[in-house]
Amino acid sequence: MTSLWAAVAMIASVVLTSTAGEVLTAAAMKSIGDLDLIREKSGMKGAIKAVVTCPLFFAGVFFLAVAFFALLFALNHLNLSLVAPASASLTLVTNAIAGKIFLKENVDRRRWAAAVLVCIGVYLLAH
Amino acid sequence: MGKHTLTARQYGILALVSLCAPLGDTCLSRGMTRMPAMTLDHPLTLVSVVFTPWIAAGIALLIGFFASYLTALSWADLTFVLPATAFGNVIVALLARVWLHEQISMMRWAGIALITVGVGFVAQGPSRTERPEEIAARQESETREAAL
Repeated sequence: MTSLWAAVAMIASVVLTSTAGEVLTAAAMKSIGDLDLIREKSGMKGAIKAVVTCPLFFAGVFFLAVAFFALLFALNHLNLSLVAPASASLTLVTNAIAGKIFLKENVDRRRWAAAVLVCIGVYLLAH
Repeated sequence: MGKHTLTARQYGILALVSLCAPLGDTCLSRGMTRMPAMTLDHPLTLVSVVFTPWIAAGIALLIGFFASYLTALSWADLTFVLPATAFGNVIVALLARVWLHEQISMMRWAGIALITVGVGFVAQGPSRTERPEEIAARQESETREAAL
């Protein structure tokens, strides 16, 4: 049987790697600029080129891939009804914190409230 | 925060993000549960399932999700996109109720209500944090418009 600490470590791995992936991908897209405008100016090829030539984007995809395998590993040891809602809802909160610290996003009370409400909502929905 | 509001097209992209991810996951789940149990002794069987209709549809939807998600992140904050697109969970629960005639417990209805309120909260605010230079440029253009 999986111990409590092992379960916490597995869920924390999913949440942290997923947050790193989301934040790096968001930073990449911010540095590239509005994709709709790039597509209007340089076409679909130009938009794809702008994305695939950004190193931050690949760093983000790498962490998202690690998060996916961490999730598979966690699912191999824990119940889906625990892992899915816990990781989905906790990731919303860690993303709000990381968005404020690393992306310098203005996470005002409205966004905090939304993150917490959605977090609890996802948890309830998965039960 | 600045006055970033979204166009109808951008709301459409957010709707695509919301719908493609849960529908793609549902297709993958439906496809994989119909498959016989797989082991790592025959990894090629995992490759062959990619070409089955449900899995192929799931992959196509997830590619659509990733493309629209990246587009949304190019003009909106991460802390705006993630809660705003959580509405997809509600849509999937409602589809399960209508199409699959699944029972939705009181707890799930409470979850649906909380997500809906949360999405309403974030959607009423600005979609992007303005940088100091963007604020200066906007104020300059507003002053110019006022002068005209």
